[in-house]
Amino acid sequence: MDWNQVWTLVSLPDNVPIVLLLLMVPFYTVLAFREAAKNDRLIAELERDPDLRKSHHRVPYPWKPGWPKTVHVWPHLLKREFLAAIIVTAVMIVWSICLDAPLEEPANPSLTMNPSKAPWYFLGLQELLVYFDPWIAGVVLPSIILLGLMAIPYIDVNPLGNGYYTWKQRKFAIGTFLFGFLVLWVLLVIIGTFIRGPGWLWFNLGETWDHHRVDHQVNYDLHELFGVTGTWPVFFFGLAFLGAFSAVVGGLTHLWIVKCMPAMRKRMSLIQYANMLHLWILMMIVVAKIIARLAFTVKNFWVTPWFNI
Amino acid sequence: MSHGHDEHTPAEPETPQGEGNPGGLLTKLRAKAKSPAEMGEEFKKTQVWTSIFRHKLDDSHRNRSLAVLSNVFLHLHPARINRDAVRYNFTWGMGGITFYLFVLLTLTGTLLMYYFHPSKAEAYRDIMFLQHDVPFGNLLRNMHRWCAHAMVITTWLHMMRVFMTGSYKPPREFNWNIGVLLLLFTMLLSFTGYLLPDDQLGFWAVTVGTNMARATPLLGHEGPFGPELGMSAFNDVRFALLGGSVVDANALLRAYIWHCISIPIIASVLMIVHFWRIRKDGAISGPAPVMLESEIKDD
Repeated sequence: MDWNQVWTLVSLPDNVPIVLLLLMVPFYTVLAFREAAKNDRLIAELERDPDLRKSHHRVPYPWKPGWPKTVHVWPHLLKREFLAAIIVTAVMIVWSICLDAPLEEPANPSLTMNPSKAPWYFLGLQELLVYFDPWIAGVVLPSIILLGLMAIPYIDVNPLGNGYYTWKQRKFAIGTFLFGFLVLWVLLVIIGTFIRGPGWLWFNLGETWDHHRVDHQVNYDLHELFGVTGTWPVFFFGLAFLGAFSAVVGGLTHLWIVKCMPAMRKRMSLIQYANMLHLWILMMIVVAKIIARLAFTVKNFWVTPWFNI
Repeated sequence: MSHGHDEHTPAEPETPQGEGNPGGLLTKLRAKAKSPAEMGEEFKKTQVWTSIFRHKLDDSHRNRSLAVLSNVFLHLHPARINRDAVRYNFTWGMGGITFYLFVLLTLTGTLLMYYFHPSKAEAYRDIMFLQHDVPFGNLLRNMHRWCAHAMVITTWLHMMRVFMTGSYKPPREFNWNIGVLLLLFTMLLSFTGYLLPDDQLGFWAVTVGTNMARATPLLGHEGPFGPELGMSAFNDVRFALLGGSVVDANALLRAYIWHCISIPIIASVLMIVHFWRIRKDGAISGPAPVMLESEIKDD
C-alpha cells in the first residue's frame, strides 16, 4: 500500500472536488432515502386506514388544523437564502485561501502529459473510451445521455411521487436513475480520477503509479473468440450478436415489467414504452461492454469496416 | 469601571457645558431636536424615500408580500410558499446555491478579465502576474476555480434532488428539459475555462476533450463516414471548435469568447426561462401531499 501515492492523488488540488463529491453524493443519497422512508411509512398508514385519509394532511411533517399551509417568503425563505449565501461565500473563501488553483508549466505540445486527463467531470466519458470507439464514447453516448435525460418526463407516466420523496411508489424510475447516476457516471468519474494512471492503465488505489509499466494484455473482439473470419461474416456475426443481446435484454425486461409492474406498462403508450426499453437496452449494452472488457478482455461486439461497437 | 460609570450618571453634580444656562441657545436647540428614531420616521415621509420604497414597513401581511413583489431582485419568488418547502431536507438548497455560485463566478470572472489577455504570448504570464503581483489576485483566481468546480457538483446534486422528488412530472416536464441544457452548459462553461491559463493541464485536457470531436460521425475526419463526406483535419467540426487543427492561439481566443461571452449569455437566457417556469408551473413542487395507489383513477 503506497500511502504517499494515495495522498498525492487525493490532495491534488483539482481532485479535491471529487473527494467532496465522494462525501456529498452518499450523504444526499442517504438523506433522500430517509425522507422517502418517512413518506412511505405515511403512505402505508393511509392505505391501511381510510378514515385517516380524510383527516390527514398527508405530509410527514407536523401540521394542525388552523395552521396556515403557506408561509411568507419574507422572511421565512429569504432569511434561509441569505444564510445559505453567507455560508457558501465563507466556505468558498476559506477553500480559496487554503488551496491554490493548479498551474502547471506553460502549454507545450511536444511534451505529452501522462496520463492526459480531461477535467474531472468528463472523466466518466474518458473512461468510456476504454470500452468504446471515440465516436461512441465522446459523441454518441453523451448525446444519448442528454436526450435520455430530456425524455424522462415524457416516458415516466407514473402519476405517483410527484413532489415528494418516495421509494416504494417509484422503484423502477429511481432504481434506474440512481444506477445511471451513481454507477455509470459518478463511479466512472472516480475510476477515471483515482484508478487510471499513466497510459490510462488500471492502478488499484494505493498502487504506485509506475510510468514504465507496460501491460501485455491482448484484447479480443468477440468474433475472434468464435473463430469467425472474413469482412462480411464478421459484420453479420456482430450484428446478429448485438441484435440477439438486445432482444434478450429487452425481452427479459419486458417480462419483468409485465409481471411485476403491470400498472406501469398499462399507462404507457407503445411509443413511450418502446423508447423506454430502447434507452434501457442501450444502458445495458454499456454495462455489458464494461464487464466484457474488464473481466474477459473482450473489446468489440460488432466489427465493421467503418466502425466498431 | 465603576468610576467611569459614575462620571456620567445624571446625579453627577458637574454638568456639561451649556446646561447650566436654562435660557441658552444649546438648551433651546435640544428641546427642538428629534431623536434618531423620530428623524427616521420623518425621513420615510420624504419624496426621496417614497420614490424608492413603494410600500410601508410596518409588519403586516400586505407589507411582507409587497416586500417581495415590489422588488425586482426578489419578485421571482412568490409572496407565500408551502410551509414545508423551506425545509433543508426537502430542497437541499442546491438550485439556489448553483445560481449563487454563478453570480460569484460572474463577479470573480469579470475581475479576472481586467488582468487577462487571451493570447499565447500573454495568457500564462497574466496568470503568474495574478498569482504573484495583483493584490488578492491569487485569491480571485482560486475563488473562480473552486466556485466553478463546486457549481458542477451542485448542479448534479440539484438534478438528483429534482429526480428523487419526481419534480419533473407534469406540469414541470419542460423545465426539466431546460435544466438538462443548463447542466450541459455548466460543464461547457467550466471546460472552456480550463484552457485559459494556457498551461499543460489545460492544454492537454482540452486536447483530449476536443479529440473526441474528430470522431464525430459524419462531421469529424476520424468519425464513421466522415472521410467519405470529405472531412479532413482542416475542415471538420474539431477545426471549427479550435480555429485550427491543433490547440493553439485561435483555440485560446475561441475558448475565451465562448467562456466569457457566448456561453454565459446562453446560460443566462436559459436561467431566465428556468426561473420563470418555476413560478409559472406553480412554484416549488413540494413537499406535496402524498398520493395513494388506490386513489389513482386510470382511464
